[in-house]
Amino acid sequence: MSTLAAPLPVHREASPGARVLRRLRRRRAAIVGLWVVVGFILLALFAPWIAPYDPLQTSWSAVRKAPSAAHWFGTDEIGRDVLSRVIWGTRASLLAGLVSVSISLACGVPIGLLAGYVGGPVDALISRMTDAMLACPFLILAIALAAFLGPSLTNAMIAIGVTATPVFIRLTRAQVLAVKVEDYVEAARALGNPPWRIALRHVLPNAISPLIVQATLAIAAAVIAEASLSFLGLGQQPPAPSWGSMLNTAKNYIDNAPWMAIWPGLSIFLLVLSFNLVGDGLRDALDPRRV
Amino acid sequence: MFNYLVQRLATIIPTLFFVSVLIFGLQQLLPGDAALILAGEDNDPTVIAHLRSTMHLDEPFPVRYAYWAGGVLKGDLGESQRIKKPVLDLILEKLPVTLELACIAMVIALVIGVTAGVVSAVAKDSVWDYAANVVALWGLSTPNFWLGIMMILLFSVTLGWLPASGYVSPFEDLKGNLATMIMPAFVLGNAIAAVLMRHTRSAMLQVLSSDYVRTARAKGLDERVVVIKHALRNALIPIITLGALEFGTLLSGAVLTEQVFSVPGFGKLIVDAVFNRDYAVVQGVVLFTATAYIALNLCADVGYFLANPRLRG
Repeated sequence: MSTLAAPLPVHREASPGARVLRRLRRRRAAIVGLWVVVGFILLALFAPWIAPYDPLQTSWSAVRKAPSAAHWFGTDEIGRDVLSRVIWGTRASLLAGLVSVSISLACGVPIGLLAGYVGGPVDALISRMTDAMLACPFLILAIALAAFLGPSLTNAMIAIGVTATPVFIRLTRAQVLAVKVEDYVEAARALGNPPWRIALRHVLPNAISPLIVQATLAIAAAVIAEASLSFLGLGQQPPAPSWGSMLNTAKNYIDNAPWMAIWPGLSIFLLVLSFNLVGDGLRDALDPRRV
Repeated sequence: MFNYLVQRLATIIPTLFFVSVLIFGLQQLLPGDAALILAGEDNDPTVIAHLRSTMHLDEPFPVRYAYWAGGVLKGDLGESQRIKKPVLDLILEKLPVTLELACIAMVIALVIGVTAGVVSAVAKDSVWDYAANVVALWGLSTPNFWLGIMMILLFSVTLGWLPASGYVSPFEDLKGNLATMIMPAFVLGNAIAAVLMRHTRSAMLQVLSSDYVRTARAKGLDERVVVIKHALRNALIPIITLGALEFGTLLSGAVLTEQVFSVPGFGKLIVDAVFNRDYAVVQGVVLFTATAYIALNLCADVGYFLANPRLRG
């Protein structure tokens, strides 16, 4: 008779990433948001194959036609298929969201790290400049920047990215100030590590969680900002499709072609809502106090 | 109190300095010769020469900034190239319209946001709490220009209840004024209501679990009195401060809302200036907005300081 004892359960410590994913998976709204974002990314990537028509192709025989089997979302004022333009417009919105937040991160994190880690007059100077930028309302500063740079999608992305940078500077600085007094940072310093190594290897990785949450929420804000600038004529230039510029045209035909306004607006709403849901979920999943 | 005010004012001066450098620096972004661009399409050599001398374009950046800042300190924000009027006059002309819009929007935001926040905190984890959170998420995710277009579709085109655009002065026709302002104000207040709702909810949840609320309940006070008199009054202090800080969001939102509803305010002024390449107006509007925001921030801080006995010490 075998008397072998049952094997003892092995307790493996899950990695931080796996823990966050497990917590995120428990938040149903965040998962739904994530799937919708993935859906939009797929739409943007495969737009040439998914869109039923060329988004720039005009048809004078199909001007402002209501939604039908041939044109699911109807057609616009010069007979272009609204569904195809909405699908292609995903590219401008997602690109604006991702590129402008990348600009904010690329500028904001190193400057915030410098301010928080070095301190003293450098910190004071950076903090006052950040205050100055934060004193200008976000969209008004973005409009002014885009106006001086000239209207185009690239300039709109730069304007949004630069305008959103101070939030990342402030957040990184605050995180670094909290982390740099921890014992492990002191230990790294005592071991003789150079300051840049301590800042990059020990301080930054431990300050990154709130930055991830903020970046996700900032993408949502950037998508709205790009749509706003395009709505005002300062973003993606016609005839290239963008949800904001589609709405700008649609408002002139609201009484006889409301479908031109409904679908691009609904797309902005859905994409922004999804990023907000993911951001909220990530904030809960990354915050140990909320478990 | 005096020391606190001096301290706060001392931090404002460098901020204002950097704001002015930032806004003046925008001019540097213009590609090519600024005088050529500012002169517009006619390229009139006399206009170009005039611009070059009045704007000191041949001087280095710090000197030009000093001339400009000196003018700003005397209330001279430059002159509109298109309308040929001082920028400050244009701003002051349009400001009352936007202020009226912002005030109505703020009232709407406070009524919706605070009510929804209180209901969702009192009935935590109920259907009402869930509904209020969904409404807040909707408010935060809806682009206000789209909401404006959808409201025009519903209330002007389909139902015919309200005018789709335009503006009537309240001194001429108060009813007509409210009819033109209610939709833009609701659109503008919508996003702020969402932010206020979230903050009211968390402030109320914190206050409702405090000892003095428990004491009030233990005394057998009516729940309504406990919520409104004891809890809400204390939770309102940070909310009112937040309301003042949301002023920037209101002004940003007003740019788009005024565009959708053709309201001739501050926001429309900056958009028209952008398209007419009237850069002095763009700079003037940004500078004015930022200064107003900083001043309001200061008022909110002082208000918070006065309202909170613990800070006064």
